Amino acid sequence: MKKLLSLVLFISVVSATYAGGYRVSVQGQRAIAMGHTGVAVVNSAELVFFNPAGLVYLENNLNVSVGASAIFTDVIYQNASLGTTAETDSSVGTPLNLYGSYKVNDWMSVGLGVYTPYGSEVTWPTDWAGSHLVNNIDLAAIYVQPVVSFKLSDYFSIGGGPIYVTGSVNFNRNFNRSLTDIEGNRSNITVDDSGVSNWGWSVGAMFNPTENLRIGFSYRSEIILEAEDGEATFANFPNSPAFPANGNTTFSAELPLPAELTIGLSYEYKKWLFAFDFNRQYWEVYESLDLTFGNGATSLNPRNYKNSSVYRFGLQYQATEKIALRAGYYRDESPVQSGFFAPETPRNDSDGFSGGFSFAVTPRLAIDASFFYLRFDEIDESYDFGVDPVSGQAVPFEGTYKSSAFAPGLGLTYKM
Amino acid sequence: MIKNIKYLAILAVGLVACEPEFDNPIDESGVFTSGEANFSNFVALGNSLTAGFADGALYITGQENSFPNILSQQFALAGGGEFTQPLMADNAGGFSNDPVRFPTRFVLAFDAQGNPGPARFTGAAPTTDFTNNLGSSFNNMGVPGAKSYHLAAPGYGNAAGVAAGLANPYYARFASSATSTVIGDAVAQSPTFFSLWIGNNDILSYATSGGVGEDHNVTGNLDPSTYGSNDITNNNVFASVYNDLLAALTSNGAGGVVLNLPDVTSLPFFTTVPNNALVLDATQAASLTGFFQAVVGIVTAQIAGTGAPLAQAQAIASQYAITFNAGPNRFLIKTEVTPTNPLGFRQMTEEELLVLTIDQAALAQGYGSVVLTPEVLQVLGILQAGGMPTAEQGALVIAAISAIDDQDALDSDELTAIETARTSFNATIAGLAAANGIAFYDVASDLSQAANGGIPFNGGIITSDFVTGGGFSLDGVHPTPRAHALVTNGILDAIQETYGAQLPRVDPGDFGTVTLSNEVN
Repeated sequence: MKKLLSLVLFISVVSATYAGGYRVSVQGQRAIAMGHTGVAVVNSAELVFFNPAGLVYLENNLNVSVGASAIFTDVIYQNASLGTTAETDSSVGTPLNLYGSYKVNDWMSVGLGVYTPYGSEVTWPTDWAGSHLVNNIDLAAIYVQPVVSFKLSDYFSIGGGPIYVTGSVNFNRNFNRSLTDIEGNRSNITVDDSGVSNWGWSVGAMFNPTENLRIGFSYRSEIILEAEDGEATFANFPNSPAFPANGNTTFSAELPLPAELTIGLSYEYKKWLFAFDFNRQYWEVYESLDLTFGNGATSLNPRNYKNSSVYRFGLQYQATEKIALRAGYYRDESPVQSGFFAPETPRNDSDGFSGGFSFAVTPRLAIDASFFYLRFDEIDESYDFGVDPVSGQAVPFEGTYKSSAFAPGLGLTYKM
Repeated sequence: MIKNIKYLAILAVGLVACEPEFDNPIDESGVFTSGEANFSNFVALGNSLTAGFADGALYITGQENSFPNILSQQFALAGGGEFTQPLMADNAGGFSNDPVRFPTRFVLAFDAQGNPGPARFTGAAPTTDFTNNLGSSFNNMGVPGAKSYHLAAPGYGNAAGVAAGLANPYYARFASSATSTVIGDAVAQSPTFFSLWIGNNDILSYATSGGVGEDHNVTGNLDPSTYGSNDITNNNVFASVYNDLLAALTSNGAGGVVLNLPDVTSLPFFTTVPNNALVLDATQAASLTGFFQAVVGIVTAQIAGTGAPLAQAQAIASQYAITFNAGPNRFLIKTEVTPTNPLGFRQMTEEELLVLTIDQAALAQGYGSVVLTPEVLQVLGILQAGGMPTAEQGALVIAAISAIDDQDALDSDELTAIETARTSFNATIAGLAAANGIAFYDVASDLSQAANGGIPFNGGIITSDFVTGGGFSLDGVHPTPRAHALVTNGILDAIQETYGAQLPRVDPGDFGTVTLSNEVN
């Protein structure tokens, strides 16, 4: 009982892993609990994502990790000079991850991973003050990746594999700030597409200079999702030749899933394991979200993201033979530049606190629990690049935002 | 392990409760304040501007975007209560039981050539029946068409009198009885705060009718019950009525805001059709100039024919020697037929105005100048050849002159009458506001800015230009939702100054302008 109490306290004090833009860092329950570190942690099949090079150092022949987190996000908005307020519908996302690895021989392991590193789900009240930028968005990308890992020596290994991505998007917003049909219903556009796929790759390397110290490197390539002939629905436009007809048409758009570079280390001391990861996310590729519709309409939305960094710290304590306690912290820099703060991804710099534990039910099967809490500073920001499609005039949208995200997760680790 | 999960569940609940919260949330009480005003029961009194009438009709979305309704949403941040309006039954506008006099709204439609223009909406028929009384308790007591003295006129809401033009169908929808007054029904609601914007129609209907009514500042008639609908209200009548209205509204200590009267002649209704839209090429100009030289000759001969001295005949006839130039030329308007102006027309002066409803197709066919028929051209040919036309042929030439009718133009005398009354009314409004210690919004000054350069907002500029300016609906007289938003902000400024109320302004860019639709048959 005492142990359990201390465990709860431990978790309460420390707390994990979301990231800027539409990157969602929930790619492994054990990693989440340690601030989503893992490029140099040899612990489970989660390495398929974090660093395929490390798989070959896992002790067991077969390793399987599955997990899911429930992400509760909440964003509030207000504009004190206009007296407007809004709050997102507290949406719950449930990203899944599934990893397995198999040691073929002493110098080679193979693995397979399914994970969801990018996504965004934001639902503002329909026709809210920023409805010309977004009413709601649901973006998801599922990565499927086979990997192979080679041990070149006890000190050095490499790994990698191709990535298959399939993505989907549903995005609704009003045409502008005021256009309505004769009944006063706001004119709006919904784009919807799924099964948008493309290929990418990742590579990793691991260096073990001493028994206790590991150094890891991994790089995951950029993947551009190109939606072609997706479905766009124009609704509540006035019945006039000056505007597109209501009904369905097609749309094309590109959404980049940026490259990510990670370097990090882990150090083991008695029952303790310390890990540090540095992520560099190449968001610069996200210059603009440009939609071209089948009816000739276009929508150009400058994003102008910048490359961003995340600093992650994780700690594990093997409390008993059966129980491992974990905690982590990270500092996540937002890729969104001032003046480009759009309410579809209302993220500024944040601090992540995470915790969790593993409980070995049997020597082979462990339950992994994790959670993270993301704390954002209140921020006064604006999106200055919205242009009214009728008048062609710039219409900045500004206000004060504050977000939070909380995600408990559960997983299972099996080794044989 | 089960215990573990229990603890985790508690932890999860605890953290979910950690929802984001602002350091200074504006939806907490105390951020916005009403100052010395009490917005708990706000009643708006006035005419079409208060009612949210736009595009030549009253309809639901126009009412929802009326300045009192927008204002009430800001008041709600500082103690304001519910704001009810006598909503019409649809967004088509007009009355089902009198669709000829009260047709559906205008929408902006594109013709076959792709040219936009206002047209009556035909996508749905009017469904509002003005005999269907909704009860007398509404916060928005704006009555389209009401003049100052109508607010105190018993029976103004008697549905039975509408057909005969004795009563107002808009007020009939919520009058408490066949003999009630608008001001009586308003005071009966015990408002804690009011807005009063009245008097516009006391000059506007005279102006939009091209000044065909009477100016009672000239007649000296002090009995408004004898006034015609297109008359200008006597200044003293207005002052007396306005004083009574304010006395009634403030009788229980209510605070309020009053608005003055904008210059009606800067409305798109009067500025859209220019008085010099007679655009000619050099040949046409020379031809018209020649025509009027012929007129001078004919008139000289006619006057001389009555026995008058030739010099006198020439002097009178010479006023018709109008010279036309290549490019824009001002139209001709009718005047009184007098011995000194026997034909009863003259060319318009620079400041004189044409109404939006003038028949522009007729203007293109010679209305406002000369309608040249082959017969007339034949007579002109005789004159050019040095011949002398017969009296009948001369009459044919004179009859070809097609000066603009009184109801299609505002001449300089009419403009003066309007401005004299407006200046007096506005002095009354400002004076009584000060005397009663209530807030005063000089909306006339803002409208003047809209007409002279425009008013910038987040997303553009609001001007008085017809259709494109964003300030006026398609009837050329009534404001758009965006202009109602501007008026709201002006009122909030005035209320802040007088009562110290701290309330947020609205963003005019969030409000629409004209509505497009091609459902116009």
